[in-house]
Amino acid sequence: MAKPKVATTSLAGCFGCHMSILDIDERILKLVELVDFDKSPIDDIKKFTGRCAVGLIEGGCCNEENVEVLRSFREHCDVLISLGDCAIMGGIPALRNTIPLQECYDEAYLNGPTVHNPSRQIPNDPELPLLLHKVYPCHEVVKIDYHLAGCPPPADTIWEALVALLTNKPVALPYELVKYD
Amino acid sequence: MSDNLPAVVHEICQAHGGDRTRLMDIVRAMQQKFGCVSGPAMELLAKELSIHRVEIESLVSFYSFLSTRPKGQVVIRLCNDVIDQMAGADEVARAFEEELGIKFGQTTPDGKISLEYTACIGMCDQVPAALVNDVVVTELSTDAARRIVRELRKHGDPTRLVTRHGDGCNGHELVRAMVMNNIRQRGSIIFTPTNRGEAIRKALAITPAEVIRAVKTARLRGRGGAGFPTGMKWEFTRAAGGEQRCVLCNADEGEPGTFKDRVLLTEMPDRVFAGMTIAGYAIGADEGILYLRGEYAYLRAYLEQILAKRRQDNLLGNNILGKRAFKFDLRIQMGAGAYICGEETALISSCEGLRGDPKNRPPFPAQKGYLGRPTVVNNVETLCCVTKILEEGPATFAEFGSQGSTGTKLLSISGDCRSRGVFEVPFGIKLSEVLKLAGGEDAIAVQVGGASGQMVAREEFNRTICYDDLATGGSLMVFGPERNVLEVADKFMAFFVEESCGYCTPCRVGNVLLKDRLERITAGCGEPADLEYLQELGTTVKTMSRCGLGQTSANPILTTLKNFRATYNALVKKRGDGRQPAFDLAAAVAEAETIIGRKSTHAHA
Ligand SMILES: Cc1cc2nc3c(=O)[nH]c(=O)nc-3n(C[C@H](O)[C@H](O)[C@H](O)COP(=O)(O)O)c2cc1C
Ligand code: SF4
Ligand code: SF4
Repeated sequence: MAKPKVATTSLAGCFGCHMSILDIDERILKLVELVDFDKSPIDDIKKFTGRCAVGLIEGGCCNEENVEVLRSFREHCDVLISLGDCAIMGGIPALRNTIPLQECYDEAYLNGPTVHNPSRQIPNDPELPLLLHKVYPCHEVVKIDYHLAGCPPPADTIWEALVALLTNKPVALPYELVKYD
Repeated sequence: MSDNLPAVVHEICQAHGGDRTRLMDIVRAMQQKFGCVSGPAMELLAKELSIHRVEIESLVSFYSFLSTRPKGQVVIRLCNDVIDQMAGADEVARAFEEELGIKFGQTTPDGKISLEYTACIGMCDQVPAALVNDVVVTELSTDAARRIVRELRKHGDPTRLVTRHGDGCNGHELVRAMVMNNIRQRGSIIFTPTNRGEAIRKALAITPAEVIRAVKTARLRGRGGAGFPTGMKWEFTRAAGGEQRCVLCNADEGEPGTFKDRVLLTEMPDRVFAGMTIAGYAIGADEGILYLRGEYAYLRAYLEQILAKRRQDNLLGNNILGKRAFKFDLRIQMGAGAYICGEETALISSCEGLRGDPKNRPPFPAQKGYLGRPTVVNNVETLCCVTKILEEGPATFAEFGSQGSTGTKLLSISGDCRSRGVFEVPFGIKLSEVLKLAGGEDAIAVQVGGASGQMVAREEFNRTICYDDLATGGSLMVFGPERNVLEVADKFMAFFVEESCGYCTPCRVGNVLLKDRLERITAGCGEPADLEYLQELGTTVKTMSRCGLGQTSANPILTTLKNFRATYNALVKKRGDGRQPAFDLAAAVAEAETIIGRKSTHAHA
């Protein structure tokens, strides 16, 4: 029987959550026995090749491309997990939500202390996705089935959750794995 | 002005004995004089009172009638309660904005007039209404709004806006308000002729324990909403240790749709003060405080005069009515626009010169209340009942009403009915009968008990007004066939979001989330799962909040979910694509499209 597939992506995140996935250490070998990775930065597959059992989302949505990727994850995955605080509530990128968008662009491309931009143009290549007026947590854009909190969530938490989902067991994480103070 | 700031600060502090616990009065006086309590003023106050500046700032920032930045010499506060909005408050608001040339929350460039919204000001029977400084203006139209602005521009004196006076003591020289009493039905307890001094005389002729027994025999329960047995509360307070005790009369009347205490304070203040004095005798207290909501400041001078008369007549002060060793006096504490201050522990905080934050319970006020003293907190109407019980005896009182709910209840009825105002009805009356009295027979819904109460549907109009069925502090808002109950619920949620003190997360955050999700549903973006979410989150807010505000703030949603399920069901639909229908990509990129100057390739695909 074909192994179930897992897909992952990093939207407006720092890749820290993906580092935490890798942090499961040698268990990654076990994971590879359990699943195949589909679209994911881990194997650099860019397009979905088929239906996936689980999708892991790092980061919230700060631009139009994030939204498109997230929607395609929703289409292709049976179960979607918001992985980490950025996905769950916007996290650090959402700090800009109180600042007008124009000021954000100006700071990034014109006025920032390290900016060198003699032409005073804000980059405008169609390849560059437009920013959303604010950063959205994933569950405000599509339905999310599970939230794994933490910045990043500990590797053990990710591991336990994945194994439970892939072996059709209830995701009942012990207190130590979901306690953050 | 600012040159003599130190002198004024000194003077105001001295006038209040340099007492830190009188901070509410001190900053209110500052606000009145300077239109704000500025940073430098707070520094000076802190020095003068030997406290930290942050203590003052946290108080000033808490109350909506206080501000750190200057407001206009005249502040117009339009009530944006749902009942006012049903009567056209939104059009009135536009008229104010147009005539003043400013938006809500702004001050005219000449610094003369500020325009603000405020929560229910206790005038739901004469809507739309507004406060112009302390002056109440009622039954506003767009024309009236424009006229008010033009006149204020001319003379700047709010008191000159009142050209006709209301009935009864609203026309008293110290009141001079256009407010109407609108007493629609007089019953056998409250709105009855009274013999000033009789109740106190009878109380002083028996022992304090016997007074408490009389209140218990009458089976009097609190009229402020919670319905706690009054005699038992007094007994606890009397039994608590300590030298000094205190009687607080709760005249905060902030529950949207309630205005009966306003009428009692206007027409029966002697009964209220007698009730407080009797409570003082019963529990062994020699001081009392009437906590009067800031919105009723127009009654203050009048009430002070009544108090002065009572002192003259030996109904207050030392050796009251010749009773040796019984002394009792009381002061009026003004509020400053905060619904939460009606909650008894928050009310105590406010009287102590603190933010109106509720306190942890236990200890209960009966054990440790105002300044740590055992304290009784009673509603205005409860204290009027006390006076009547002493006047005529507990048996007569208990003849009215039902077994578990004796006496009569004042109802404040507003909304879609022909006769709005105060009705004194016997407990146990059916809601349908009340609607008949008020001419609201074709109602589709009645909100019983104010925003924190319950939305009752037509099918349940045969339920009865009493503590065991439809308990209420007295607010009844009637909604006719053209009203949308979910919109009403949404307005109530907005009220709670605004009035939450912010201390605990379930209430501070939960109410915002509840409101958002309700709006998603009313916008047609809801799914069946959203109803479960509302139920679950509403229950969490109700059970996990620290005080009565959060414990009842989900009621608009929880009771409409229960009683108007079909309305919700008609709005939600199941969707299969896993997307959140409330998220609008085109709207989310619109701003960037303008800034960058090109269309999104994703949003318009
Ligand atoms: C948020 C909140 C607001 C309240 N507002 C009032 C009020 O305006 N007037 C009042 O009498 N009781 C109010 N109460 C109830 C008081 O806490 C208290 O129970 C009551 O004053 C006791 O008096 P009683 O026993 O005579 O009813 C409020 C309670 C809460 C939780
Ligand atoms: S949650 Fe933390 S680790 Fe994960 S993407 Fe955000 S900032 Fe990085
Ligand atoms: S329930 Fe609300 S009002 Fe009460 S303490 Fe908590 S935050 Fe404050």
